[in-house]
Amino acid sequence: MTASTIAIPRARRPRGNAPLPWGSPAIYFGAFVVIALMLAPILYIIVGGFRTNSQITADPSGLPSPWVTENYAGVLGSTTFWGEVANSTVAAVVTTIGVVALGLMASYVLARYRFRARGVLYAVFAAGLMFPMTVAITPLYIVVRNLGLMNSLAGIILPQIAFALPATIIILVPFLRAIPDEIEEAASIDGCSRLGFFWRMVVPLALPGVITVGILAFIASWNSYILPLFILNNEASFTLPLGVQAFASQYSVDTAKVLAFTSLSMIPALIFFSIFERRIVGGLTGAVKG
Amino acid sequence: MSVRTSTPAPTRGPADDARVGDDESSPTPGRADDAAPSNPRRGRRDWAKSAEIAVLVGPALVVFLGFVIFPVVMAGYYGFFRWKGFGPPTDFIGLQNYVTIFQDPTFHEALWHNAVIVVMSLVLQGPIALLLALLLNRPMRGQSVIRVLIFVPYVLAEVVVGTGWSLMLQSDGALNGLLEKIGLGALAQDWLSNPQLAIWTLLAIITWKYVGFAVILFLAGLQGIPQELTEAAQIDGASYWQIQRRITLPLLGPTLRIWAFLSIIGSLQLFDLVYIIWGQYIASTAGTSTMATYMVANGRNAGNYGYGNAVAVVLFLISLLVALIYQRYVLRRDTAGALTERSER
Repeated sequence: MTASTIAIPRARRPRGNAPLPWGSPAIYFGAFVVIALMLAPILYIIVGGFRTNSQITADPSGLPSPWVTENYAGVLGSTTFWGEVANSTVAAVVTTIGVVALGLMASYVLARYRFRARGVLYAVFAAGLMFPMTVAITPLYIVVRNLGLMNSLAGIILPQIAFALPATIIILVPFLRAIPDEIEEAASIDGCSRLGFFWRMVVPLALPGVITVGILAFIASWNSYILPLFILNNEASFTLPLGVQAFASQYSVDTAKVLAFTSLSMIPALIFFSIFERRIVGGLTGAVKG
Repeated sequence: MSVRTSTPAPTRGPADDARVGDDESSPTPGRADDAAPSNPRRGRRDWAKSAEIAVLVGPALVVFLGFVIFPVVMAGYYGFFRWKGFGPPTDFIGLQNYVTIFQDPTFHEALWHNAVIVVMSLVLQGPIALLLALLLNRPMRGQSVIRVLIFVPYVLAEVVVGTGWSLMLQSDGALNGLLEKIGLGALAQDWLSNPQLAIWTLLAIITWKYVGFAVILFLAGLQGIPQELTEAAQIDGASYWQIQRRITLPLLGPTLRIWAFLSIIGSLQLFDLVYIIWGQYIASTAGTSTMATYMVANGRNAGNYGYGNAVAVVLFLISLLVALIYQRYVLRRDTAGALTERSER
């Protein structure tokens, strides 16, 4: 398990730099059908937001005619939406920072220090993968409530960090172990302490792994549903997933507006995904393939 | 993202531990404790090293134990009480909660639905994903774009896709409208509330949402198969499908088995999509309730926290049992090979 295994699955290119062959039309047709099936529901949400309710009632599967922007404008003009965007962003950013910081520190020790309890410690963290959030949610709710963190973002950030740590450590440890000992030796000869080595060498060298776990943590937090459902009961503290659901039940007759709200709430995830697509895909396969 | 992304470890733990053990035996110059035993500074260095370890691991360990291990342990404790969630639990009722769970026909239904979802997720997603991965593994232009697009549903929040699907599948929704338009109005159905049909609707949505993840895994596995093998078979006159069947499929075995493991655990824990699309009450009448929605509906929503915790324990034990059986009988023979295959090659 070296850093190189967390590789992005990529097309096996023909030798040399010749462009890929076109392949047979049947393959393109198959691919096109699949893509259409995958994207149609998403397009339905986005396009439906540009219609009016009477258009939707008259012809549920039609295209907008004319295109109206009021639904989107209405959602973008509401303070509720932006409040939820802010909550989701704060929760996701702080979770990501926390996961990366705590995970990197712990992984560094597990990868590069030799001490008696190391195997046990690693096993404890790895065992965490046996406890998905769904199983632990009821008692977790009680713990958070006893800490007085109900309705606060801290109440979802801390558990999210905790539940992301096992996967993070499992991805990062091989990365850190792959850093050659010679580098550490050279640093120590040059008078660098082990902690100094951590800051000056380990953090920069582990950056690809760090970015991968950071993205996974960010998206998991952005999409998280069951934890906010239990912890955040007051509308001011809602994150986007709760907001979408609350909006959908509050305006259940106003389908067009619900579609607009839903499609706006997926934009951040889509942008994030398109920027970091290689890393996300690579991280997931890396996490599983090891 | 759901638990599906983050459950690979149990299979990995042992392999990694073994690796840690290997490391110990190889002399590593840069590391702290190779000072000679006679070195008088040894004690101080040991102390400093322990302090470093504590400072670096401490925060992660505290958060992890406090928010993962402690709640799980407490669930086992609370499960023995009749408890409304306020004040300390005092009404000890022994195994009464567990007896109630196992006698409740609603729970039996949920358990059955979970079983159907586990099996059908494998049966539906496996072959589809395999075909797609083989398709996308052939050199062609626009490949990377197609890969990304297939993966989009997996990245979107369950709430987003759940809301979209529930609007589309209403009896006067877009799908029925579309069927009518193309002259198949007879096929229009009550996709969400017909108890005969709802679980199949759920399975279709699950397939749509998670098949991209399987495709990406399989593609990664396919990249690991040496091209020389297929080239050799080609020279020997094997057809495309013969090659896939005799060479690709067996070599993809480890990837398939790990994917199946993740899929099974994810199916047992399924909550978000059902709860968003069907809600807590409709899910049981429409025949899509799962153990997790049962837990939330009868625990937190009903205010019976003792009972909810007992359901959590049952859910956990069932998942654990399935995971252990799977590892014992399916993953065991190739865990080592599957997890270290790249470094061996």
